[in-house]
Amino acid sequence: MKVLLRNPSREIEIPGPMSVTKLLRKLDLNRESVLVIGSGTLIPADSMLADDAEIEIRPVISGG
Amino acid sequence: MKCRVCREPAVIALRRHNANFCSDHFLRYCRQQVDRVIDDYDMFAPGERLLVAVSGGKDSLAVWDILRELGYAADGLYVGLGIDDYSDVSLSFVTDFVSRHGLELTIVDLADSYGFDVPSAAEATGRVPCSACGLSKRHVFDKAAVDGGYDAVVTGHNLDDEAAVLYGNVMRWQVDYLGRQRPLLEARDGFPRKAKPLVRLTERETAAYCVLRGIDYQVEECPMAIGNKHLGFKEALNLLEDRSPGSKAEFYFGYLKRVVDRFTDFEDRGSLGTCPSCGSPTDAETCAFCRLVSRTAGHSQPVAFTTRNEATVRQH
Repeated sequence: MKVLLRNPSREIEIPGPMSVTKLLRKLDLNRESVLVIGSGTLIPADSMLADDAEIEIRPVISGG
Repeated sequence: MKCRVCREPAVIALRRHNANFCSDHFLRYCRQQVDRVIDDYDMFAPGERLLVAVSGGKDSLAVWDILRELGYAADGLYVGLGIDDYSDVSLSFVTDFVSRHGLELTIVDLADSYGFDVPSAAEATGRVPCSACGLSKRHVFDKAAVDGGYDAVVTGHNLDDEAAVLYGNVMRWQVDYLGRQRPLLEARDGFPRKAKPLVRLTERETAAYCVLRGIDYQVEECPMAIGNKHLGFKEALNLLEDRSPGSKAEFYFGYLKRVVDRFTDFEDRGSLGTCPSCGSPTDAETCAFCRLVSRTAGHSQPVAFTTRNEATVRQH
């Protein structure tokens, strides 16, 4: 699947299928600090992401 | 995963509430949380004019949107900080939002109005950029609210912001700051009333609100803020939150309920004079902002904004 990461913006490929929870663990991301977004809406943690999925993992922490 | 309210498929899990919500009920939850804060702290009376300090980030756009949805009369104020492309992009998100909803926005550009921007101020003072940025924004917000006859300045500080500031102030035992860390600061001594209606929502929730409302915002981190202490405190608190959901809320709301009044006596409530340069209240001969302006003289860099809706934007 294609995964867009931010800060800075970059795209990585991860083999699917994989659950959102497992993907975040694989990328060592805290689930309290990000949202997973696909097709303009939120993807819940228990969803399974297909191999051809295109998603964004958006950090929500800002330092201003 | 089902919505707690309607049992339809949920889009978000809020572990601290042990609840999942569909899009509609999550948006309703966000509005209810803001409404509750406004009610709990008697933040605004019907018909009052509010000035929202808006940056182009998720929190300020979310609070402006929710206040609008709740029926409050709220205008926006954007401060041009002159942080390279970051400021240009941030402003474009604000003007897009303003155009979409027919709102009124005032822009105060630091370089145009005061002859410096945040990078040049950091260079001139030798301090971290966030210091000059915060000082400048507070000054501009306060002055615009007082001069414009607004009843309150509204900021988008959320639960993570407040918990992180509290954590930092406790770590250093900043007792004078602890006494005034409240969701509402009443107007006094020439300062406007200041309100933080988002304190019951986490950063993840305000970001989710924007995604579900179709509000585009500045996702990239401010290049001047990367690695700052505040971000470190937030990361530390989110590690605790992950292990023990609800920790941030217990920390912050427990403080408001049981502790903050004990620090009221530590607040510096000395008499304030008037800055001879700008007329703002100050406890020094010249206010901190005017001293900053003076120190940065000659360090300004020109700033050009390219995205602006002239029909709804007042340039100051």
